[in-house]
Formats: sequence, C-alpha cells, structure tokens
Amino acid sequence: MTRAMAVARADLRQVVRSRDFWIPIGIMAAMFFVVIPGFLLWIVTSADESGAIEQVTRALGALPKDITDSLEGSSASARAGYAFAVYLFGPVAVIVPLTVAAAVGANTIVGERERGTGEFLAHSPATEREIYLGKLVASLLPGYIVLLTGFAAYSLVVNLTVGGELGRWFFPTGRWWLLIFWVMPPCIAVALSMILRVSGVVKSAAAAQQASSLVTLPVIVVAYGAASGSMFSSTASVWMVGAAAWAVAGFGLVRGSHAVRRERLLGIDARG
Amino acid sequence: MTSLESIQRDTAAAVTLATPHAPGTTAVRLTQVGRRFGDVVAVHDMTMDVPAGTVTVLLGPNGAGKSTTVRLMTGSIAADTGRVEVFGLDPIADGTAVRQRCGVVPPKPSLYLRMSGRDNLRYAAEIYGLGRRAAADFLIDEAADRFGIGHALAQKVDGYSTGMRTRLALARAVLHDPDLLLLDEPTAGLDPESARAVLGLIREMAVRGKTVVVCTHLLHEAEGLADQVVLVSRGTAVAAGPPHELARRLWPDCRLVLEAEQPARLDAVAAMDGVLAYHRNGVATADLDDPARIPELVRRLVDDGVRLTRVQPLQPTLEELYFALQRDGNDQPHPHDGPLVAAP
Repeated sequence: MTRAMAVARADLRQVVRSRDFWIPIGIMAAMFFVVIPGFLLWIVTSADESGAIEQVTRALGALPKDITDSLEGSSASARAGYAFAVYLFGPVAVIVPLTVAAAVGANTIVGERERGTGEFLAHSPATEREIYLGKLVASLLPGYIVLLTGFAAYSLVVNLTVGGELGRWFFPTGRWWLLIFWVMPPCIAVALSMILRVSGVVKSAAAAQQASSLVTLPVIVVAYGAASGSMFSSTASVWMVGAAAWAVAGFGLVRGSHAVRRERLLGIDARG
Repeated sequence: MTSLESIQRDTAAAVTLATPHAPGTTAVRLTQVGRRFGDVVAVHDMTMDVPAGTVTVLLGPNGAGKSTTVRLMTGSIAADTGRVEVFGLDPIADGTAVRQRCGVVPPKPSLYLRMSGRDNLRYAAEIYGLGRRAAADFLIDEAADRFGIGHALAQKVDGYSTGMRTRLALARAVLHDPDLLLLDEPTAGLDPESARAVLGLIREMAVRGKTVVVCTHLLHEAEGLADQVVLVSRGTAVAAGPPHELARRLWPDCRLVLEAEQPARLDAVAAMDGVLAYHRNGVATADLDDPARIPELVRRLVDDGVRLTRVQPLQPTLEELYFALQRDGNDQPHPHDGPLVAAP
C-alpha cells in the first residue's frame, strides 16, 4: 500500500506541475461550471415575461412530468432558471471531471513507456497491482477534485442567480448531493478502469487519448442520463443507480488491474 | 564439435572455477535461459554464473542480448525457457524480494523530468521502503553528494545535462544500498568526468563486497574493471572468465613483440624452433608455441649480433579477444589455427 501511494504521489506531483495540462482544463472547467451557466442563468432570470421566457416555458412543458412537478419558483423565469440549473447545465458539467480523469488516466501507463520511466518501475520492488492502484488513485483524484471544486463554484453561481428568484439558496439539491458523492465517483472509476486498460495496451499516448474518448462516451451518456433525471425518477433510484455503478466499477477495477505488466512498462509488446 | 560449442559448454563451469568464490555464493545463475520477442530470439541457451562480490562485465555488440539478460535477472521479463536464480530466488515468483536487493541503471536514465532531482530520489526512497522521513532525506543527500549533484537537487531534472541525469540515476540506484547493482551501458554518451564517476562507483561497490554486473560494448571500459568478462553474442554467452584467464584460454599461443636497431635482422626468428608465425611491419611479432622458448630465442639473436631494443611478451587485449570471438561466431577464419579455447 505504501508503494502504491508513492506511485500515486509521484504521478499527482507531475500532474500538478504540468501547466500545459491544467491551463486548458481550467479554462474548460471555468466555461462549463461558471461562465456559460452564469451568463445563461442571468439572462433567464433577468428577462421579462415575454418572448424568450415563453419559449422556454413551452420547452419545459415537454420535460418528463416528474421533472416539471419538481420545478420550484412562482414566476416563469424562476422556474426556468431552476430547470436550467438543476437539469440542464449541471449534467453537462459532469463531462469536465470525466475528461480530466480520462486525460490523466490515458497517459498514466503508456506515458511511463513513452518517457522511458517505465523501466524504473519495472525494475522496482513495487508489484504490478501496487503500480496499478497508484495509477488509479492518481487518475481518480484530479477528476474528483475538479468535480468537487467545479460544483462548489457552480452551486455558488446558481444560488447567486436563481437563488435570488426563489428567495433561498437551493443548490445542490438532495439528489445532486447523492450524485456528487454516490453516483459520480463510481462513474469516474468505471471510465478509468477501461481507460487504464487501454493505456496499458496501446503503443502511444496519442492512441490512448483517442481510445479513451471512445471509452468515456457511454459513461458520459449514463452520467448525463442519471444526472438529468431521465434515468430515474426518485431518490431511491439514485441510490440504486449508484450501487450498480459501484458494482460495475468494482468489477472493472479488479479486471483492470491486469493493465499493468512489467513487460509493457518496458515497451515490450505483450503480443510479441 | 565446433570451438563455439565447446566454449558454450564450458562457460558456466569455467567461470565458477575461475573465481575465488566457492559454489553457493553465486549471486546470479542463468541456466539455459531463452527468451524470444515474436520472431526475434533475444537470448538463447544463455548459461552463466555471476559470483557474489565480483564485477562481471557483459560484453557484446548492440543487440547481443545484454539488456534482455539484465531484465531477466530482475524479473521484469520472464524467460521462455531455462531457469534464472538471483540470490537463490526466482525473480518472477519472488520478484519483490529480488528487486528489493537490486539497483538498476538502465541505458536511458529513466528519470521523471518534471520532478526535481530530490523528488526523483524521494520517489525511489518510498518505492524501496526507505520511508519519507528525515532518515530518507539523509540518505538522499548522501547519495547525491557522492555523485556531485547535491547542489542541483532542487532543480527540475528537465534542466539537467546528460551527465547529471546519469549521476542522478546512479544515486537512485544505490540509494537503498543494493546487494546487486546492474548497470546497462552506464557510460554511453557521458562526459569523461561523469564516466569516471560511474567507474568509481563500480570499484567502490566491488570493494564493499557488492555484486556488480555491467553491460557494455565499450572494450576499454571492461578492461581493468572486470573480475570476469562474459562475452555475449547473438543472445548467448560464448565465453566467460577473468580477463587473464580468458586470454590464456582463448589465445593459448604466446605472442612476442621484438624491435631491434636493424629490424631486418629480426627475420631470422621466422626459422627458429617453436615459432608458429612471424610478421614484421615496423615491429616484429612472433607467435611461439611455448613462452619458455623466449630466453633461448633472445640468446640466439644476441649471439647473432642483433642489437635488441625491445622484447615484450604480449597479452592479447580484450579487444583482440572480443573480435576473435566475433569472427568465430560468424564462422570466419580465425587468425590462429586450432580452437579458440584450450581444452579444459
């Protein structure tokens, strides 16, 4: 376990010091969590009861009944702001932590190979499982930290804009707390279990990045569906979706532990 | 049986007998080890012993199988056939225990460029179980100072020169005081000062009774450094033993170098008893069937009035041995008649 944490710390240290990685990620996170929702929510909540708001209200009517019933606010603009904040922008922002996890995870094993540092790990006393665990933690943490900080910022934006209309700070809602702490961690882990396997097999970081974007696509769809409420209609179903995600993540991570092979760290193609 | 086959058959036994260590103190033993990568045979029927507490040089051209042999020793790759033992353990089944006792300097330093020198060493300290506390920092400073990079530990490795990177890799390799140090082309591309640091480390480790295995294709590096040399060609140990023993076995004839005030008068040597070959091109060289003939040969020349200015029995250099073996491996004629290896 000590060695696994050493691997994780070393990887995290490199990620933290990689400004060419963090700057675009930071810009993307700011766009998805703060700038776009902040601007649109401000427009929605500050518009008068005509034109755009009427169109939005009609659009809200097309949402599932469970969702329309749950919308809060006495005015059309408040209800529209609530719908945007809880059901539209938030789920889209889920893409950001997944992208971060995918970017870090895709590079983590094949990157050792490309940089030639895999030779150090291959000759080290760390077991393949310890290396895998370290890589997993190092890939998981940045994504999850972005998730937490991003949604903290998003909550602030939502409460400052829509909260004023409702007369109280309301975000995160109960379901969002569950999503952030119960559903999203295993969703990221499921994506990583696949990405790390890809990273262990492909021959270049570029190939790993390409493949990981395909791998994360279904996970994003699931996360989006779960977050938007279209995949479940009650708090109990959130718990169930989360539990299922944890089970899949557990299975995927155990299976994925075969991603690290000393020969692959050395750049030797396992298929000969 | 060809001379090459004869050498291969005798190699392991010859090495063990030739070293001062008794059986049982072998640090590394490879027995008929084979390893392929797809269609490429990297190591084939490799048999060799590395006695504990010695410096063993694996000498061979690029692609001979030296790096694969090192990787087999640490268990970072598995053998397809044969058996590898390191300190009596199987590096695959007991990989952690074996690798904990090994320090490896790969051909490329394998350093994390975005981390500082200190962070690279701290990482190694954690991986090798030295912890993260002050004791580990003390060892880090000590290892860095030993290789003259203590002043640069705070810098990112990205800014290090090639020599500094190799020094850092050396410091990392010895940080946990390994019993077996494996150096794969450690002086490749180094400045003389850094190369000297590498050779100094090897000598220091040997003095401390550690086992050192050095892979190189640089003959001058092996000369004077090795307790034993293993000549590797096409994935096989074709000959092994202490350098002087190898010379005796592989170059059984005595070569004498002669110079005189009137060089042409040395040509009389060609007709003397026991002279197998004679050649004069500036200096005269004569291959004798027995070193004991030298005093008689000199006496006769002096009696004939030849004023000798140089009489030097010549030991073949490692380079000569190496190329002789390469020629033999390629089935090309050897400059000497008869087998490369004297019958045991």
